[in-house]
Amino acid sequence: MSEIPFFVPMEKTKALLVLEDGASFEGSAAGAVGTAFGEIAFNTGMTGYQEIFTDPSYFGQILLMTPSHIGNYGVHDEEVESDGLKISGLVCKKFSDIFSRPSGSSSLGDLFEKQGMVGISDVDTRAIVRHIRDKGAMNAIISSKDHSVDSLLARLKEVPSMEGLELSSKVCTKEAYNFGDENAELRIAVMDYGVKRNILRCLSDRGAFLKVFPMDASLEEIRSWKPDGIMLSNGPGDPAAMSAQVTEVKSFVESGIPVFGICLGHQILSQALGLKTYKMHNGHRGVNHPVQNLLTGRCEVTSQNHGFVVDMEAVKNNADVELTHVHLNDNTVAGIRLKGKPVFSVQYHPESSAGPNDSRYLFDEFITNVRNNKV
Amino acid sequence: MPKDTSIKRVLIIGSGPIVIGQACEFDYSGSQAARSMKEEGIEVVLINSNPATIMTDPVTADKVYLLPLEPASIEKILSENDIDVVLPTMGGQTALNLAITCEEMGIWEEHGVRMVGVDVAAINVTENRQEFRELMDEIGIPMAPQKTAKSFLEGKEVAQEFGFPLCIRASFTLGGAGASLVHTAPEFDALLTRGLHQSPIHEVMIDKALMGWKEFELELLRDANDNVIIICSIENFDPMGIHTGDSITVAPAMTLSDTAYQRMRDMAIKMMRSIGDFAGGCNVQFAVSPDEAEDIIAIEINPRVSRSSALASKATGYPIAKIASKLAIGYTLDELDNQITKNTSAYFEPTLDYVIVKIPRWNFNKFQDSDRRLGLQMKSVGEAMGIGRCFQEALQKACQSLEINRNGLGADGKELTDQDQILHSLANASWNRLFHIYDGLKMGIPFKTVQQATRIDPWFLKQIEELIALERKIEKHSLDSLSKDLLYEAKQKGYADRQIAHLLRCLESEVYSKRADMGIKRVYKLVDTCAAEFEAKTPYYYSTFELENESIPSNNKKIVVLGSGPNRIGQGIEFDYCCVHGVLAAKECGYETIMINCNPETVSTDFDISDKLYFEPVFWEHIYDIILHENPVGVIVQLGGQTALKLAEKLSRYGIKVMGTTYESLDLAEDRGSFSTLLKENGIPYPDFGVVENAEQAVTLSKDLGFPLLVRPSYVLGGQKMKIVINEQELEHHVVDILQDMPNNQILLDHFLDGAIEAEADAICDGKDVYIIGVMQHIEPAGIHSGDSYAVLPPYNLGDFVMTQIEDHTKKIAIELGTVGLINIQFAIKDEKVYVIEANPRASRTVPFIAKSYQEPYVNYATKVMLGEAKVKDFDFKPVKKGYAIKIPVFSFDKFPEVNKELGPEMKSTGEAIFFIDNLRDPMFTKIYSERNLYLSR
Repeated sequence: MSEIPFFVPMEKTKALLVLEDGASFEGSAAGAVGTAFGEIAFNTGMTGYQEIFTDPSYFGQILLMTPSHIGNYGVHDEEVESDGLKISGLVCKKFSDIFSRPSGSSSLGDLFEKQGMVGISDVDTRAIVRHIRDKGAMNAIISSKDHSVDSLLARLKEVPSMEGLELSSKVCTKEAYNFGDENAELRIAVMDYGVKRNILRCLSDRGAFLKVFPMDASLEEIRSWKPDGIMLSNGPGDPAAMSAQVTEVKSFVESGIPVFGICLGHQILSQALGLKTYKMHNGHRGVNHPVQNLLTGRCEVTSQNHGFVVDMEAVKNNADVELTHVHLNDNTVAGIRLKGKPVFSVQYHPESSAGPNDSRYLFDEFITNVRNNKV
Repeated sequence: MPKDTSIKRVLIIGSGPIVIGQACEFDYSGSQAARSMKEEGIEVVLINSNPATIMTDPVTADKVYLLPLEPASIEKILSENDIDVVLPTMGGQTALNLAITCEEMGIWEEHGVRMVGVDVAAINVTENRQEFRELMDEIGIPMAPQKTAKSFLEGKEVAQEFGFPLCIRASFTLGGAGASLVHTAPEFDALLTRGLHQSPIHEVMIDKALMGWKEFELELLRDANDNVIIICSIENFDPMGIHTGDSITVAPAMTLSDTAYQRMRDMAIKMMRSIGDFAGGCNVQFAVSPDEAEDIIAIEINPRVSRSSALASKATGYPIAKIASKLAIGYTLDELDNQITKNTSAYFEPTLDYVIVKIPRWNFNKFQDSDRRLGLQMKSVGEAMGIGRCFQEALQKACQSLEINRNGLGADGKELTDQDQILHSLANASWNRLFHIYDGLKMGIPFKTVQQATRIDPWFLKQIEELIALERKIEKHSLDSLSKDLLYEAKQKGYADRQIAHLLRCLESEVYSKRADMGIKRVYKLVDTCAAEFEAKTPYYYSTFELENESIPSNNKKIVVLGSGPNRIGQGIEFDYCCVHGVLAAKECGYETIMINCNPETVSTDFDISDKLYFEPVFWEHIYDIILHENPVGVIVQLGGQTALKLAEKLSRYGIKVMGTTYESLDLAEDRGSFSTLLKENGIPYPDFGVVENAEQAVTLSKDLGFPLLVRPSYVLGGQKMKIVINEQELEHHVVDILQDMPNNQILLDHFLDGAIEAEADAICDGKDVYIIGVMQHIEPAGIHSGDSYAVLPPYNLGDFVMTQIEDHTKKIAIELGTVGLINIQFAIKDEKVYVIEANPRASRTVPFIAKSYQEPYVNYATKVMLGEAKVKDFDFKPVKKGYAIKIPVFSFDKFPEVNKELGPEMKSTGEAIFFIDNLRDPMFTKIYSERNLYLSR
């Protein structure tokens, strides 16, 4: 068990959080001292902060975690969804300097400092959630260096809005790479828009050999690898700003190859099918989102992280598309499939991590589609 | 699947009298279930032998049977009512066991009654530990190494195989009865025998003890469509080895990673699905190895609403019993609304942006020579819950709620400083271990030593260490030099003004003024199941120190009702009953009602009882801040037992109106000197008495009064520290004993009327008119606390002359005291002369009993009188008087096998049952009457 450092009461560095609309909150610096900006979003997950912070879909976001304590069980080398922290900054109530998990490799604070991640703690996170819940998504800036609200607000004006922003290219792989057992019976091409590692694990665990392609990989490059199925990954940003990917996905769909889309992948697929997406007033971010599978009537508790969503009316008006999953809280689109083709996608994260494992069956269904199509 | 419309009438089974291991939480779940069914237009028939419950009230159920929980009663109910289904999962193990017995006897089948919410196979498999283990093995769920023994010999063989320490548990018992942790062979022999005896099927399970493993619980709900959700994760602060009911628990889990939590979640769902096909609630307990492996093993599963589900409901705001009942009658989770937000789905998992800490409340001082070590068998009698924005704040608030004369965790001058005592306590947990962890760390016992002795997760211990570090910083200051940041930090970490005052060596009021000047104010946050993701409609609040306040006071005329804090012997469920009625009555009168309490087992803290619920310690500072925030017309203190009553003085001093009987009158009744002057002036007899302040005075006074003497401190409830002494030596000893516990308290010496008969009267008075709601006569002779005696309503052998005296005295005292509301007067009758022993101008333990027997809402009436909305003359009293109602005290001595069952002036019973008889020839009555002298001691 790693030794727990003796508690030394530290004088905390002051930090400020300023929102685009001028609201400001004072707290203490958590992690590295510096300045960070991005779109502020809140996640209500009570466990899994490390998986969440390393999820590339959070790229460009200042993430507010609603549970009272963050960092209690430190960080673990294997509980990462990418090569490092992907959020832009953290807002939380209590940031734990110590951790008690024997298998933990370091404290969250050490990881933050090592990777230069800026955070603010000891703020009224609940008040901030209520503020952005009512006012909607907006940009924010955290600083433990600059303590002037005016100056921070001025700097914030420079930050572009998330709407219309393409971010996948900032987090996806630059070079294609292989994942899993080369001798596996199925070959799946993963389009990396900011893929979470657990998607790769879930597929390879089910007997697939993967090649993960950068988002700008050409159709020829992908086809020449002879995939049996295509996985459209999750990722950050506005799907409406990814027309090249949409066009590419159109040709996947036309080719008759099984396709499975998750989150951003689901949105890109939807666009390829002619469905509209739009930015939500407040996204869904957490590990407790209720989804009903309309094909079975069964419900699943899902992990979600999206600020854009596919338009429900568009789905209902499209004769080729079937609504398969619906979000029970607000009746938004949670999953669709293309009639008569092995093509489907979900808005949420069946690979969870963080979150419940209720929806893993979707990977089984995809693998079945891929296998059937191969035969 | 929508509601099953064939269900017109449901039978709900309650849990019977309160005993350790099965308490007030089942009144909460039963009441919620009944309301939930009524909401669906289903007629609710309810059986429970416990009259002090809200569930047995006409406000909850359509038809109530106050009958013993036995098959004959069920048969009677089924023959008188056309029942469609029975819901047995709301009344703890007692209800489940009764349902199984009836099933085995074929009673349900005979009457065409379906059991909903559970199936018998599920109960059987979870209670039969061998079968359960085999099932878990089958589905690949690991458990601790364990074997069954049906004989002494088999048990010895298992012990040899496993080695010590071991756990022994008896099959088919509740609250861990017959469960013990064994370290040595001789201990083992005795406990094995006991366990075999306690199990109704004479079977024990022997487990290898997983000492130091972390313990967790999950609360699940499943619907008929097999959808399962986890309502709450609860982490035990105390690791394995202490019954979860006796453990300090925290929600949400604080030290679990997502990977471990999701594994646990999957296991729990798999387990619930494996034990049977039913829709309802379920509780699963797990242990996690405190090492790198993070192995998870299942401990047990309860296919019913449990103590933990009541806690989880209060912790999350998700009304488990209410939803579980709806699931039992056919609804699926996706068809129901989240009861808090009203516009999102009930199929979801609550998320918390605060922390709750539950601390059990023990009453070891009531059981002399009891083994005070905590173990596998539950010993606590109640619990308090603190809600805070961080763990430390919740912990401090829970400590402030306990009513153990502490101002929180530490910083009150009551720290223990004897190192050996502390070290012993750390390794042998009792009720005060938490405090000793603090004391140990504060006096410099190394963190490692504390961790190794307690095996508590270091993260929790570090939180306490951090508090001590903060105190050291504060102690360096005086009130004047203390910075705003530091004071704010202390308040955010849950420190009471009193604790800060202790650290700064100043007055509580000075700290209060300073923080008021600095603008450090309590704000109120909502418990909303969703961490503010959605707007919530439910007014369930807790306080903290932060930026934004969410509880916006209205301009309505409001009334605050103070609850009674954690249950303990002498102050239990009856006061919850009274508070609920008080709230409802005030609502009827057009008041906005505000409930303050910190007891998670209560109905009064259900979010849909009062207009606004503040889940806060019944502790001066919290109450005062709420009052300043809400500006109510006044405060009702008469319904929350002594806890609420004793706040009357300070309320009155701060100019806050105490509704009904004024503080001066309350004080007059408590102050023995002025009270006896009042009695004397009115020609009412009372036993010779005197007031003393030390042992010397006591001995001097005893020469005048003569032995035997009844010795007691003033201002106590449930006969705390009350004793009959027969000589000077005993007198001296007891007086010293009291003063050690309650320094500066006055002590009363009464001449004890040996061989007298006791009776008590409850009345409602509006200051002018008095209505006696009932007179109860005790069966045992004077000397046994009224709470522990069998008592009969109405009296069974008091003549007209005596009754007239009782009535006259009651009326006179009620008027002379200026009572506005309820009053209870205790009498001793000797040689046809009626002496007054004491008067309590508040709701008493017997009020719910009389209300149930006579079928009239006396608390409702009394509340209206207190509020000045009605006079006694306005009510049309029509008591249903038929035969007699016997109050049967129920004890939990089986939890303390080393304690001899002796009764005296100090109350020891944990609960009561009601039993109706037609006449005095009833065999039950004659038996009790013939045994009336059996247990009297001093």
